[in-house]
Amino acid sequence: MSNPRTFQIQEISAHPGPVPGQGTRREDEVCKYIDVTTCIGCKACEVACVEWNDHPFRETTFNDTYQTMPTTEWNYYNLIRFAEDEHDGNLMWLLRKDQCMHCEDPGCLRACPADGAIIKFQNGIVDFQQENCIGCGYCISGCPFDIPKFHPKTKKVYKCTLCSDRVGQGLEPACVKACPTGCLKFGTKSDMVQIAGLRSKQLREESGFANAGVYNPASIGGTHVIYVLHDINNPERYGLPKTPLIPPSYTYWKWLAKPIGLWMGLLGILAIFFHRVAVGPRLPQPEEPPPLERQPDTVEAKRREEP
Amino acid sequence: MSSGVEHFDERARREADRVGETIVHRGELLRHPVYTRILHWAVAICFVLSLLSGFAIYSPWLYRSLTPLFGGGALTRLLHPWFGLLFDLFFLFQFLNWVAPMSWTDADTHWVKRIREYTRHQHRIEPDEVGFFNGGQKIYFWAIVLSGGLFLLTGLLMWFDDVGPRWIVAVCYVIHDLAALMMLAGFIIHVYEGTSHQPGTFQSMTNGTVTEKWAWTHHPGWYRVVTGRNPRQAFEREKRRRAERERAMEAWEREQDDRERVKQPDR
Repeated sequence: MSNPRTFQIQEISAHPGPVPGQGTRREDEVCKYIDVTTCIGCKACEVACVEWNDHPFRETTFNDTYQTMPTTEWNYYNLIRFAEDEHDGNLMWLLRKDQCMHCEDPGCLRACPADGAIIKFQNGIVDFQQENCIGCGYCISGCPFDIPKFHPKTKKVYKCTLCSDRVGQGLEPACVKACPTGCLKFGTKSDMVQIAGLRSKQLREESGFANAGVYNPASIGGTHVIYVLHDINNPERYGLPKTPLIPPSYTYWKWLAKPIGLWMGLLGILAIFFHRVAVGPRLPQPEEPPPLERQPDTVEAKRREEP
Repeated sequence: MSSGVEHFDERARREADRVGETIVHRGELLRHPVYTRILHWAVAICFVLSLLSGFAIYSPWLYRSLTPLFGGGALTRLLHPWFGLLFDLFFLFQFLNWVAPMSWTDADTHWVKRIREYTRHQHRIEPDEVGFFNGGQKIYFWAIVLSGGLFLLTGLLMWFDDVGPRWIVAVCYVIHDLAALMMLAGFIIHVYEGTSHQPGTFQSMTNGTVTEKWAWTHHPGWYRVVTGRNPRQAFEREKRRRAERERAMEAWEREQDDRERVKQPDR
């Protein structure tokens, strides 16, 4: 796609004042906004997700909750989690739309050993490329939100794409399109953060939720899916980690210790090569003398000495 | 249990010798019977396959060059645990076969203390106490036992990663990597010692035999056990005989030269 900025008007003839629109900048980063306080748990987003991604029907287990299934699955990227939360003698029904958070620093991508299996776009969408996936499952252990899911038949891992195919065509993700209450919004990261800030301020000041806030965890550089929570101090009540972390083995070990190990292996090979060159072989003793024709010819030498 | 294992090993060695054979020429000694050789190469093949497929996944710098050997990344990932399982299976038999001669002794402690002199070839002949395996070989063996166990444990946890919490994989793969690096270091040294560094060693794993000279040079204690002769005296005797043979050879050459001169008086 050509750069739309090339047709930004730069100068206008006989035009008083500055050129309109000059200095405008396009913001690359996208974001999905989820206001859990206005979610009614209708599951329209779940249906829209299954529809858009053309996922097959999936059998589920009923375990005394309104939740469709226990966790997200390889063909069920989007799940409304229901939690019956008792706090200070009050019972609250906490509904949270669970899906990939599209982290700024994605643990799945850090953990992945396969070239090109996980990519992150400039707009912040983290996408799995199943044709390059080798099915090792490292991404599952690298994810702080337990999102990537292994498909045992294809032996590949799948997760929410933030509808990268729709976003690429200028559309919002399918779940946002289907949401009837407007608790889901989609736009640029800064816009969504601003709206989320306003909404949590409203909750704090007008609805009596003194701890309302925006979930956009800094420990992984922020996320491209942000939540407005009624109690930001305890995201665990919604099943969200307070400080999501990538295991250090996927950061320090992989990008620092692994190359050092490789270099040591290479140096080891060089070391034995030069040991052989410098010290030579350990021969069975007594050593075989060199073959006769390569020995100094004593008889010939003596003859030459004599006059 | 140990007698059961010994019984099994005895039987396996006997059966393998019935199928294959080892020809011991004059001046040679039987080093490794057929059973040991087959196990060694089975372990070696599985090890190299595991190493190549594992290092493909180990590092992004090796991924592109090593995965095509196994038909792509996904197949590499699929095959690697099976290569590893086979490696551990064959090594289990090799472990039972070798655990007795691999037990650590004082001689091995002395050997480790002499490691600097050993690598610099300060002694042409090993001390009399060095038996069938020297300290270095025993370290390598027990390192394989340790890492083989670690590979199996951490490998299974990564293979069936849905049974435990997610950090288990994150921890296990570091341990798996460390064991692999330890194995790589040992493997490099092992191949070097078995081929280029000690001529005459490689045939012990192909033909199964070594020369007597090789035996009293590298494993004098073992030479004493199998031949009942003193390795140092055998070496001195060979040295004397070699010098005499050379003198005789030289005398023969001189005689030939004289004879030729008589035949051609004009020269």
